[in-house]
Amino acid sequence: MSHRSAGAGPSTVSRGLRPSPDRLSLRSTSPRRGEKAAFGFLVLAAAVSVLTTVGIVVSLALPAVQFFREVNVLDFLTGTSWTPRFTEKSYGVLPLITGTLWTTGIALAVCVPLGLGAAIYLSEYASTGVRKTLKPILELLAGVPSVVYGLFAVTFVGPVVLKEWFGIQVQTFSVLAAGLVLGVMIIPTVASLAEDAMSAVPRSLREASYGLGANRMRTVLRVVFPAAVSGIAASLVLALSRAVGETMIVAMAAGSQAKMVSDPLEGGQTMTGFIASAALGDSVQGSLQYNTLFAVGITLFVLTLVINLISIRLVNRFREIY
Amino acid sequence: MSAVTADQAMPRTPLARAAYGEKDLRSMGFLVVLWLCLAFGILVLAVLLVTTFLDGRERMDGELFTNYTSQIAPETAGARAAILGTAWVILTTALLAIPIGVAAASYLEEFASTRSRFARFVELNVQNLAAVPAIIYGMLAAAAAVAVGIPRNTVIAGGIALALLILPVVIVATREALRAVPQEIRQASLALGATPMQTLARQTLPAAVPGIATGTILALSRAMGEAAPLLLLGGLVFVKFDPNGFLSGFTTMPIQIFDWAARSQVEFQQLAAAASILLLVLVILLNGVAIIIRNKYATAR
Repeated sequence: MSHRSAGAGPSTVSRGLRPSPDRLSLRSTSPRRGEKAAFGFLVLAAAVSVLTTVGIVVSLALPAVQFFREVNVLDFLTGTSWTPRFTEKSYGVLPLITGTLWTTGIALAVCVPLGLGAAIYLSEYASTGVRKTLKPILELLAGVPSVVYGLFAVTFVGPVVLKEWFGIQVQTFSVLAAGLVLGVMIIPTVASLAEDAMSAVPRSLREASYGLGANRMRTVLRVVFPAAVSGIAASLVLALSRAVGETMIVAMAAGSQAKMVSDPLEGGQTMTGFIASAALGDSVQGSLQYNTLFAVGITLFVLTLVINLISIRLVNRFREIY
Repeated sequence: MSAVTADQAMPRTPLARAAYGEKDLRSMGFLVVLWLCLAFGILVLAVLLVTTFLDGRERMDGELFTNYTSQIAPETAGARAAILGTAWVILTTALLAIPIGVAAASYLEEFASTRSRFARFVELNVQNLAAVPAIIYGMLAAAAAVAVGIPRNTVIAGGIALALLILPVVIVATREALRAVPQEIRQASLALGATPMQTLARQTLPAAVPGIATGTILALSRAMGEAAPLLLLGGLVFVKFDPNGFLSGFTTMPIQIFDWAARSQVEFQQLAAAASILLLVLVILLNGVAIIIRNKYATAR
């Protein structure tokens, strides 16, 4: 582009000296085709995210529609038996949903209190130095690959922590071990977003609270927390969507038996766990078995889409206030 | 950020501070609970690192790097194909995600008006895609590969899946980095006669490089540990050859770990732990580099 900008100077002058006043314009004096092409590239790149969404919807919906031609939607959503690979086939997705609900519920029970506690400490109590050291370490929890967490859940949390240390008789694969480890993985997501929300609360609110004689705990719980509540809620909703969508931990640690889960000490299959194990199988493309994957996939996508849109609305509202 | 100045008048150590502001037992108890919340996460991280190291240290040998995987000889099996495959796929991911992500962010941050319908729609899409489950991207990449007629289990299909997965992260990081560039730099450049595109290419983007690098390195380290989308590409769990191009078959370290962990022999479990150590070291290194870049440029500004 440099040669073009060098040539732009003289041409501006020569045009500027032309007598006719209506030839004077503020528009660019050279065509700058390279810049237009560059701008086109920027717009195209931005459009990639739209194309991705469209691509996801199309690639999930087409096989899913084929699936729902053969399987009644209501039977799919309300059936309590999931046996697509047996001779006696049944396509009720509820067992997978209960599996997902258990792992997600357990994960949230871990990551919500711990994540919020860490966020309050980092935002309201920690000095700059402490925060600068501890935050990256905590965030490393989110950077640990999920297969490593899966291995950790199967080889350590299940047999050693739960069975040996706490005497809880979990099976080799259990939604409890999977959910606990999943929860630990999501702590940084909650902590980081909730801390941002609380840090965005204006100092004047805190000072007003101190001025009225409140101590730090009272200020945190009665002033800062309520003021940041929409951002905190957004962090929790994002944690929910992470927990629902995480695959490898549940595929490795929760087991692969699709059944209505009623006891967290037992194994169970989640929606993502089913997709992972079915993908490993050798079903023929276009067959009903293969399309099952996409029926579950689109259920998962719609579920997380709804959760995400709620979260986005919450985040936008919290941005508008401060 | 805002609590920082309030802290400066306070005693430094946690205990002394507890005594300073928190005189009653309940507030001190509250602070202790907060401490425990933070300590728990860090403790689990430490336990995870230690147990993985103890489980895998016996197989942290040369054969892990030089040998292919095996079904019959776990004692000498290695992750050679997986290590090379990870390198290929991450390279492809970076080549796709960085230019597209930086360009999209530049458009949204530097050119699009806030009232532009298109820009707002793109933003909504980016926000939503950031939280779409990773495994869904695998389904997309598999369908896309089949649609254009290339085999699903190729480096390029894997790269596309992971690039689309981290694209929202790269976009958000780049936008934040661009936003942190002082407005005066743009104004000075424009006042000297540079076009908006020249201003972007020669002033704004170079000034934003540290922020972009931090976000991108973290995103790539996440992609490196991700297995779920690649499972959907099929045929990746037992690969005994070096990948040699974008259309070559491949496997990656997380998938290799997943495969080994599912096997019952103790040797395979050790192998999985050994490969996990390797992956953890890489992830921690990348995180460290990202943090160093962030801290270095945050203090310089």
